[in-house]
Amino acid sequence: MASLAENEKTKPIQTGGYFATFFVADLFFGVDVLRVQEVLRFQQMTRVPLAPEVIEGLINLRGQIVTAIDMRRRLHMPPRSGDEAPMNMVIRTEDGAVSLLVDEIGEVLEVDATVHEQPPENLDSATRELIRGVYKMKDRLLLELDIDRAVELGTGRV
Amino acid sequence: MQDHEVIREFIAESFENLSRLDQELVELEKRPKDGALLANIFRTIHTIKGTCGFLGFSTLEAITHQAETLLSQLRDGQREMTQSLASLILETVDATRKVLASIEASGEEGSDRYEELMERLRKAAEMKDEPVLSSGLADSGALRAAPQGSADSRSAAGRNTEDEAARPSAAAEASIRVGVGLLDNLMCLVGELVLTRNQILQYNNDREDPALNAAAQRLNLITSELQEGVMKTRMQPIKMVWNKLPRVVRDMAVALGKQILLEMDGADTELDRTIIEAIKDPLIHLVRNACDHGIEPPEVRVRAGKPPQGRITLRAYHEGGQVNIEINDDGSGIDVARIKQKAIEKGVLRYDQAELLSEREALSLIFQPGLSTAQTVTNISGRGVGMDVVKSHIERIGGSVDVSSRLGQGTVIRLKIPLTLAIIPGLVVGLNERRSAPRQGDGSGMSFVIPQVNLVELVRLEGAQIGAHTERIGNISVYRLRGNLLPLVNLRETLGIPPMEPQSGVLNIVVVQAEGRQFGLVVDSIFDTQEIVVKPLGKQLKGLSVYAGATIMGNGQVALILDVVGIAQRSKILAESRRQTRRQIEQHTVRSKKEQQKLLLFRAGSLERLAVPLALVSRLEEFPRQSIEHAGGREVVQYRNCILPLVSMHEVVEGCVSYGGQPADPLQVVVFNDGNRSVGLVVDEILDIVDEEVTSQHKSSCKGLLCSAVVGKHVVDFLDLGQVIRAADSHWFQRANGADRCKRVLVAEGSSFARTLIRSGLEMGGYNVLEAADLQEALRRLEQEQVNVVAASLDLPPSGGSALVEAMQRRPEWKSIPVLALADAADRSRVRESGTGGFRDCQAKFDREAMLESLARLTSALASAEAAPLGAGKD
Repeated sequence: MASLAENEKTKPIQTGGYFATFFVADLFFGVDVLRVQEVLRFQQMTRVPLAPEVIEGLINLRGQIVTAIDMRRRLHMPPRSGDEAPMNMVIRTEDGAVSLLVDEIGEVLEVDATVHEQPPENLDSATRELIRGVYKMKDRLLLELDIDRAVELGTGRV
Repeated sequence: MQDHEVIREFIAESFENLSRLDQELVELEKRPKDGALLANIFRTIHTIKGTCGFLGFSTLEAITHQAETLLSQLRDGQREMTQSLASLILETVDATRKVLASIEASGEEGSDRYEELMERLRKAAEMKDEPVLSSGLADSGALRAAPQGSADSRSAAGRNTEDEAARPSAAAEASIRVGVGLLDNLMCLVGELVLTRNQILQYNNDREDPALNAAAQRLNLITSELQEGVMKTRMQPIKMVWNKLPRVVRDMAVALGKQILLEMDGADTELDRTIIEAIKDPLIHLVRNACDHGIEPPEVRVRAGKPPQGRITLRAYHEGGQVNIEINDDGSGIDVARIKQKAIEKGVLRYDQAELLSEREALSLIFQPGLSTAQTVTNISGRGVGMDVVKSHIERIGGSVDVSSRLGQGTVIRLKIPLTLAIIPGLVVGLNERRSAPRQGDGSGMSFVIPQVNLVELVRLEGAQIGAHTERIGNISVYRLRGNLLPLVNLRETLGIPPMEPQSGVLNIVVVQAEGRQFGLVVDSIFDTQEIVVKPLGKQLKGLSVYAGATIMGNGQVALILDVVGIAQRSKILAESRRQTRRQIEQHTVRSKKEQQKLLLFRAGSLERLAVPLALVSRLEEFPRQSIEHAGGREVVQYRNCILPLVSMHEVVEGCVSYGGQPADPLQVVVFNDGNRSVGLVVDEILDIVDEEVTSQHKSSCKGLLCSAVVGKHVVDFLDLGQVIRAADSHWFQRANGADRCKRVLVAEGSSFARTLIRSGLEMGGYNVLEAADLQEALRRLEQEQVNVVAASLDLPPSGGSALVEAMQRRPEWKSIPVLALADAADRSRVRESGTGGFRDCQAKFDREAMLESLARLTSALASAEAAPLGAGKD
């Protein structure tokens, strides 16, 4: 179980900046806008039998094959209701593009470094693992998603 | 800083030069007087030295300076080229390479100043006329203490069939350097173009637009040509890999004290760059193996009548869309028995499994990790970690490895690799899905691609054929493909997709091969073959062994590419463990083979179809009528210095009459013999020799016939050979019976057919045969009659032949009766292995000769013990 301390050793935490935001259930997330390649409506997807549950499938993105990860499942949250189609937020990673399936896309917000905080204790552990930090906004909390950890499934944490 | 650019250029060029130096130095060793070659070498070192100095790499400069000194001495005729001098210079080349690598990695030369090497170089330069002592602490790892003063021993060298490397190529001006990254990019783009072209072609097919059609055709043509062209840019001749090998072979030959000649054929054969990278290490390992384990030391070779110089031949050529690379050595070959031994020792195989291996399977054991039959472990090879890695490397890129070998003569290792990884032909197959599945868009099903390299054939079974050709063994299905049992793997099941309502009585089987074994993949639909661009799966999915990648189909959908090896492994986990499955299949095959017999079919008189086991037939002969003579009231012919009595069917079989009309000329005769005595049975026509299953036997009440049975598709009567012989020589049996009362044998065997055959075989051998079908009956017989010897089947009902032996041991009057075990071929080794379990001997059921021999042995002991009068008895 990597602690935040270990995280600090490997990556310098960038606090503040522009965030692309999205909703998963009632949680409000943000990622560094420079890492977002594009945002799309729900695409026709090819299922991958035997793949881990969190992987929804593969998308054809203008010739690129992109793996889609369902964020609800990734965060151990209840599934979204049947008639809501998720949105694709396509993220750049060192391994290529990965798409995060989220409930709703929010705006690009500029966030101030000064409002950066540690994640609250009342977040459940599954979620906390994937958070780099929390920003207190006017009317809600913005959770900064650790993208690299979110797409890292190989360690049996699925 | 611009320095980086310059240094990068320098490093790239120098590596190339050093590579060439390796080859040239080895050449020079062979042709020390070649002035042009020497000049080339000198120039190269000089260039490196100069640039080093300019860039401030002092260690490099110092090393190369020393080497240059030695070379100039050679050039000026002040010294001779010797093996140890060559080794020393090659060492210097290696050191240079190491320093360059260090510069490449860190920008620095590294801490090693190579003082020891420099010292030796300096000494060498001083002592011009004495051979150079190299201390054997070489960094290159492959050199050990080189024998000194061996100036006249012809050192091994590589010989390249192309010499262009030695000369500065004039073609250099017509070519330019292109970064590999740029080419990869181009390749990617071409891949995308191929996919888009596929899409356009698909749309075109769905429409009737002549303008679109024309444009689509043009696009198709251009794309194909572009694809070919770009692929060519990434193709490199295999000599890029091979040119390291002369040096490797030379060093190993020196280190091991052997003489090895390396020949390379087809060095211009081109491969995609990605593949060249992948096979570099495996090739080097295989060549080192050949040097180390293949080629024997010169004395050993001479003693075996071979020339003292061993030969390793590399051959590369294109065939069937793949590149074949052969590594051929004329060394000692692979000792199959030793391999089996090692495998048993290491617990990889059981004893009986080892017996059943074909030679090919036994040879492929060398690819098992941990198996090495090397007597000594050198630091080159012998730890048994090499060959399995070679195999997995090659298979990972979609290739295959094959070994064949002849003990004492040599070994050939054949690699087959695809021309390119990126674009491959594949067969598209599908699994149907429920229409209501929301994720699948139009719900028409999931498509998968099977790479053509894994494809063997396609089978479609409809309706009744399914039941006829497939069966279940244990809990796996198998398909009978031309006599072989093919395990079937259901793709749907393997991928964990929920089952659908059973399909319309159609079974689609894709026969694929993986790891040298074949199996059938059951799918719902088979579409067509397409050229697909292989795209790797993201790291989240890389761990799934059943997929080799993904691709985009013509309709824009993503399709997964199946990894046949992964599927084979996974399905075996799902069904049963691998060995169990195989064993069941083998058992089933053995079981069905049991009932197959080689039979001679013939026609005689009113009997349309008669059969005798082929094993009992001696010869088929033809005799002209006029050669028939008469002796002792019987027709005979002179045959091979003996008199052969002729028997006709009506003497043997009751109620068999010969048809009227012209008697046949020449006579068709089937000759049976037993030891010295022969008898010829006259028949009307030899029909056939068959190897068929014999089913449903029906004991015959007709004298002269054993039984009738269904052979193949016909009902056939089995001839009682005992009768034939009795008819010819009534003395035969009587003599046996009377004189030798030690010839009563009890045959205890469950299968009535086998019993019948054994009986007739033994009767021909002069035995008086009693039969028993199971343990109870055998014991009853023993109670009722005098028996001299027992032949009991190992699988005598109800609990095996050993139960009979035990029962006999318990009764004093039966204790001394010898028991011969009758076994199928598969069981024999089992018995031998576990001791004879109370049996005096064990023979195969249908090996009449061996059985008779064994019985004779067992009873002769009795005969000498018995004080019965000889020669008495009815005559």
